[in-house]
Amino acid sequence: MSDTQKQVLLEVKGLTMDFGGLRAVDSIDLTVSAGEIAALIGPNGAGKTTFFNCVTGIYTPTGGDVLLHPQGKPTRRVNGKKPNVITTLGMARTFQNIRLFSDMTVLENVMIGRHCRTNTGLVGAILRGAAARREEQETVEFGYHLLEQVGLAEFANEYSKNLPYGAMRRLEIARAMATEPFLLLLDEPAAGMNPQETDELDALICRIRDEGKIAILLIEHDMKLVMNISDNIHVMEYGKKIATGTPQEIKDNPKVIEAYLGEEADA
Amino acid sequence: MKNLKQSLAVALWFIFLTFPLMVVKVNTSDQVVQWRWMNILWVGVTFFVLSFIWRYALVRKEARQMAALSGQDEHEKPTKFQELLEDQSLRYRLMLGLLAFALVFPWVFDTYQSTIMVSALIYVVLGLGLNITVGLAGLLDLGYVAFFAVGAYAYALLNHHFGLGFWTCLPLGAALGGIFGVILGFPILRLRGDYLAIVTLGFGMIVKVVLENWSEFSFGPSGIANIDRPSLFGLDMDIAASTTYIYYIMIALVILTIIVTGRLKNSRIGRAWIALREDEIACVAMGIDMAKTKMSAYALGACWAGMVGVVFAAKTTFINPASFTFMESAIILSIVVLGGMGSILGVILGAMILILMPEYLRAFSEYRMIIFGAAMVVMMIFRPQGIISNIRQKYEFKGLKEKSENV
Ligand SMILES: Nc1ncnc2c1ncn2[C@@H]1O[C@H](COP(=O)(O)OP(=O)(O)OP(=O)(O)O)[C@@H](O)[C@H]1O
Ligand SMILES: [Mg+2]
Repeated sequence: MSDTQKQVLLEVKGLTMDFGGLRAVDSIDLTVSAGEIAALIGPNGAGKTTFFNCVTGIYTPTGGDVLLHPQGKPTRRVNGKKPNVITTLGMARTFQNIRLFSDMTVLENVMIGRHCRTNTGLVGAILRGAAARREEQETVEFGYHLLEQVGLAEFANEYSKNLPYGAMRRLEIARAMATEPFLLLLDEPAAGMNPQETDELDALICRIRDEGKIAILLIEHDMKLVMNISDNIHVMEYGKKIATGTPQEIKDNPKVIEAYLGEEADA
Repeated sequence: MKNLKQSLAVALWFIFLTFPLMVVKVNTSDQVVQWRWMNILWVGVTFFVLSFIWRYALVRKEARQMAALSGQDEHEKPTKFQELLEDQSLRYRLMLGLLAFALVFPWVFDTYQSTIMVSALIYVVLGLGLNITVGLAGLLDLGYVAFFAVGAYAYALLNHHFGLGFWTCLPLGAALGGIFGVILGFPILRLRGDYLAIVTLGFGMIVKVVLENWSEFSFGPSGIANIDRPSLFGLDMDIAASTTYIYYIMIALVILTIIVTGRLKNSRIGRAWIALREDEIACVAMGIDMAKTKMSAYALGACWAGMVGVVFAAKTTFINPASFTFMESAIILSIVVLGGMGSILGVILGAMILILMPEYLRAFSEYRMIIFGAAMVVMMIFRPQGIISNIRQKYEFKGLKEKSENV
């Protein structure tokens, strides 16, 4: 968007993931810079979710490098690192198939996100001293403010399994934000939402970027949303990256039209 | 009408099944076969009625589920009972009442009753300890009794060889239990579900087999006798006084356990355990160290078993490996599941029911296991979440709401 050279936050080089004989992700290069909303699109089964899983440590990639450049901290190579280490470094994610803690309340789900930023231990929790109580109170307040931001404050004490679908997706975002990331990966955040909810989501994502100073990489099938909010779009097909560019460039790219948009037009 | 028919079919089926047992009787001395046709009628009628009640209950359960589904927001409408539980003031009064009852118990009832109560209380602590591992962290442990054995043998051996007293050994037993928890915890960090269950089952077996066969260390199957009872300023106590004393020790331990597990449940650590139980992948993706969290759940659960193991040895003054069979693990696990996974009050009730009922039902001792089994089956079908389902803490945001509105 802006002309100044933005700092790169996430740098993926030649990332490859094989499942037996299937190469789900095939030497992908991708960068996300500070203040950016990037989108990763592609037909079903293109390998987008697998890409996320490799980057966040759920899978160990079979090849390539994932580098994190936290602002003001040394660069870290994170492939093969455990997911919790990566999250603690500052990259959080949501899941395509919602993975909330269903027998916990909405607020508690967000409080889980605070785990890696707090440090009351076993003894502290049992003795419940002043420090532990203060931290607990801060966790509650932090969680509650996040819930307000995503519009779920009134459901704070509900069990998360009782939420409507769209609210669950927003709760996943709030939970990931509770880890105070500098980069947020969203896997199909608008899936299952109605048009109005999608518009609200659109605004929410922009707010997260602008107010929270958090860069965003999102996977999404809703083209309207993607074209609206993305600064950069990366297109995947059969595990390979076939294009990168601004929304306008992607719209005009014949390869993309053939592979992805064209396919959609047939359907 | 359909129900009637099916009940009839069930009744006929049971008549057929029990026919050789209930109807035919071979009188071996007279070499004649007696046919007791009346029994057919009894079996038929009994099972017809039972099956009818069964079906009726099932239908009602389904209807309730349907109602819950259609009435979206009232997904799981809390029962009257649950609502009562959430009422704070009632809860405190209830707890005070229970505490008062528990304190006067040994003076009102005789020593025999106190002894029974002590075993029930031991199981309460065992249940609450296992509740950390199974109920909160969701790690199925079929060898929990091994930690109990560790505590009991720790006290017995230390007392036998070095004359160490009860009060020194109590924390030692807890620590040893915890250490064994960590030892078991390491190899199973990567395991889940069924595999976890089998490994823990194996661990329980190993501990028992070692105790049985390593005679130089543990005195083998003959066990260790003459273990000291707990001392009170070197006073000489007769059995009755000593039982009362142990009873009060157990009450104190139960209260300690309740406070500690209650606090943990709604703390940073406790939430991490529950998150681990709910969804392992989401849990690590949210920045929780799985290895640490699993370890702490195992070690802490094992701690309590080690601790009450010491009390158990002191109470019976004699232990041998036969007290630490798989059956014990199964009973403790049943306490947790029947009472309600994760719920402290539920586990206490579960322990009381499962341990006290058999004691007071001695008259029906032949049918004890049948009643026990039937109760379990019925529970799991009609109330799989246990007697009391786990309630999560609710938070107040009065100040917070205004604060954010003013900004
Ligand atoms: N754990 C796994 N084991 C084996 N194959 C897998 C695994 N996970 C994904 N795959 C395969 O990798 C390919 C890419 O899947 P992926 O879920 O990444 O697609 P996607 O782009 O996210 O699709 P969608 O838009 O439907 O979410 C698919 O062919 C899938 O079957
Ligand atoms: Mg996907």
